[in-house]
Amino acid sequence: MKNTKKTSIWKSARVGLFAFLGMVIFAYGFQTTQVDFEELRSERRQESLVRVMRALAHPDLFEYEQVEEVVNASLYVPCPAAGAPEMASQNGADPYLTLTPACAAPGETVRVEGFNFAPNTTGPVRFIPGNDPANTVSLGRDNAETDENGHFVLDLVLPKRPSDDVQFIRATLRRNLGLPHFSQSAYDTWSKIVETVFLALLATVFGTVLAIPMSFIAARNLMKPVKSPLASIGLSVLGWPVGIWFGYSIFSWVGVLSAQAGSNLWVNLLSIFAIPVITLYGFRWAVPPEEPNLPSRLVRFTRLAALFGLVVLAFFGLFQLASLFQVVGTALQAGLGAFGFLGYFLFQVGDIVAISTAGLGALAVGAALSSFLGRIGQLATERLPLATLKALNLVLAAAAMATIFGLIGQLIEWLYQPGNPVYTVWGPLIIGATLGMVLAVFTKAKEALPVGMVIYSVTRTFLNALRSVEALVMAIVFVIAVGIGPFAGMMALGLHTIVSLAKLYSEQVESIASGPLEAIEATGANRLQTIIYAVIPQIVPPYISYTMYRWDINVRMSTIIGFVGGGGIGFLLQQNINLLNYRGASAQMLAIAVVVSLMDYISSELRERVI
Amino acid sequence: MLQIKNLTKIYDGGVKALDNVSFEVPDGEFLAVIGLSGSGKSTLLRCINRLIEPTEGQILWNGENITSASQDEMRRIRRKIGMVFQHFNLVHRSKVITNVLAGRLGYVNPAWSLINRFPKEDIEKALQQLKRVGIADKAYQRADELSGGQQQRVGIARALMQDPKMILADEPVASLDPVLAHSIMSHLEDINKNDGVTVLCSLHFLDLVHRYADRVVALNGGKLVFEGNPKDIDDKKFKEIYGRDAERVG
Ligand SMILES: Nc1ncnc2c1ncn2[C@@H]1O[C@H](COP(=O)(O)OP(=O)(O)OP(=O)(O)O)[C@@H](O)[C@H]1O
Ligand SMILES: [Mg+2]
Repeated sequence: MKNTKKTSIWKSARVGLFAFLGMVIFAYGFQTTQVDFEELRSERRQESLVRVMRALAHPDLFEYEQVEEVVNASLYVPCPAAGAPEMASQNGADPYLTLTPACAAPGETVRVEGFNFAPNTTGPVRFIPGNDPANTVSLGRDNAETDENGHFVLDLVLPKRPSDDVQFIRATLRRNLGLPHFSQSAYDTWSKIVETVFLALLATVFGTVLAIPMSFIAARNLMKPVKSPLASIGLSVLGWPVGIWFGYSIFSWVGVLSAQAGSNLWVNLLSIFAIPVITLYGFRWAVPPEEPNLPSRLVRFTRLAALFGLVVLAFFGLFQLASLFQVVGTALQAGLGAFGFLGYFLFQVGDIVAISTAGLGALAVGAALSSFLGRIGQLATERLPLATLKALNLVLAAAAMATIFGLIGQLIEWLYQPGNPVYTVWGPLIIGATLGMVLAVFTKAKEALPVGMVIYSVTRTFLNALRSVEALVMAIVFVIAVGIGPFAGMMALGLHTIVSLAKLYSEQVESIASGPLEAIEATGANRLQTIIYAVIPQIVPPYISYTMYRWDINVRMSTIIGFVGGGGIGFLLQQNINLLNYRGASAQMLAIAVVVSLMDYISSELRERVI
Repeated sequence: MLQIKNLTKIYDGGVKALDNVSFEVPDGEFLAVIGLSGSGKSTLLRCINRLIEPTEGQILWNGENITSASQDEMRRIRRKIGMVFQHFNLVHRSKVITNVLAGRLGYVNPAWSLINRFPKEDIEKALQQLKRVGIADKAYQRADELSGGQQQRVGIARALMQDPKMILADEPVASLDPVLAHSIMSHLEDINKNDGVTVLCSLHFLDLVHRYADRVVALNGGKLVFEGNPKDIDDKKFKEIYGRDAERVG
């Protein structure tokens, strides 16, 4: 009993201590965040707050056609020594002002009366200093409102602006004509919100497409069984740069060839119709659907050569397609009028194809060469005598590691420009080669090394590092790379989408049921087939739901990415805030709210349908 | 002829799941593998098609060395070995026919299967196999819409698509009721007797063993403790296989 009491005292003391600590932390927080409610109560703040809130409550969306009646009345401030001059008498139907008295000292009140104005109109009555009746500078401002006879009365305090010359009082009464129509700000908001939505759409689509393959190599369960002997790893590492270089040379050459064939429409059309047919039939021949027995080496070699030829031909076709797109796109852009954007799209697609074809081709050749060499390495490991294999491993591991480190060295040179080849060329090469040799010496020659886990770890680290960079920061970099505008925002959002989705996706891959994977593997399927038949069907629902989630985020992000120059509605919003045009800003905020909630609604509906 | 020689499997955690196991299976035999839970039955069957890498020992099948086969060779060997699982291991969200066609993946050219294209003959064959196991009408339903017994038939049809010379069945009826169990087992028997496919089947119920198996191997703690005719499992042998406290029921 006594004991429990003791502990409970200690307990309360501890709770008290924690409460006190919490208070201290909170107090410090108040100081650093400069909490100051006094400021809120100051009159100046409240006035501006009210003004801004009222402006925000009146989004600048509609306006009327207006007619203005502007009438000046002259007066002297103060009264000239010679006495007040006689006012020109007014008559007829024209609007006019009378001032009583006709002259006064600064700070005195004058009664302004207006006659013959249009009924039920409003507008400012201002004091115009100087002797020029067209002067646009004005002092003070009071609002006049006419009755149904077009008459108003107003007491105006004269500003302290004495002059010997004549000065003016001006009434500007405005009247709305007809029905309200959208204001310029509404049109601008509309065009920017469309830009925003498409920015989010493209970023989501690109990001998703690239995140999917990325998520497979970032999934532990898929990568863990990937193991290769050292010779195979070394050769496939070497295969990448060689293949990319070789592929890039070839496809650039094909591109030049295609350009020489001209952007002649007929050449374009012919190759675009002939090449797919040839490729398709060639492909059918070179890749038979089913082969119970392994064909002879000669047959396989012929097929490989034919496939290579077909790929080159197909890429020629792609270049031709790109140039056709550009030709047709340009024509359409001019000819389609309001639908010219279709032409623009076609042109840009052509451009993307033209730019990316050589690069993608190079990557494909790199991958192909790397996997081909990897197989050779596998065969060598199985066939070669142990001593030869040891030596081969030593050489290959050294070369491969030297290549990797050499590339890292080049990256350092590019980023930090030390300009010293000892640090960026020789050093990395020697360190890499040494490490490679150490690896070769300390592993068994035929042992299958866990490359999969290495690739997995590197990819994960890379993804985590990039994911911690905010999309807004990425946008700043892309603004520098591709200029201010929605394209920069799209690239930034797209990149951020890739890295964050790849992480989320790969977690889904890691949580799939392993049974089907095992079953498909047991049929003799290769890794790619296993992924397509056992992994993908299982991850479709979570992938869709994460893509939707990302789409929501991208819509939100795209509305503010314009703050740093990334295009979309944020740019307009920021501009209006800086110009203190709160009614304009309010229109944009309203648009953002509508679009975000609309997209939220659409995506939740879709989610329900699909899953 | 399948020859298992001194097969040992030690898992990463240090568990010795198979301990120097050797036996032979002639072609066309229906071999039952029995033993307590955790005795290494699944490990043994998975070592045969190298879903699990054996630690030591050799597996020879009709002259081919499975344990030393390269990845490519292994895929060629695997496509001749069908596998049937306790939990069916179907791809739930795919159609039944797609699940069955997956049995052809080792044969078709990978490039075509990537875009889900199978030769016409394969599709006809898949429908035929479904007919053989009695669920032709379910071909275009999603796999998870089927009952357990139906799913296991799909599993068998998938194995049959491989034109197998051998089927490894890992407790194929453990999650089914007794009636269904007999129906599934008689499909395996039919394949074994009429097509001459070797069947290695791990089982928990001795009455099934007696009814279907030509021969039995028994494991206990990863060691082979019995090899012979099912009829020869007397009470003494039974206690050796299942432990001293085990009681024979049924
Ligand atoms: N992946 C694994 N990693 C580590 N240990 C494992 C693994 N799989 C199985 N084991 C262990 O190996 C032993 C044999 O397991 P196995 O699954 O082969 O038994 P089984 O006879 O099939 O049992 P059951 O009848 O319950 O299916 C068990 O002790 C188990 O804990
Ligand atoms: Mg088991």
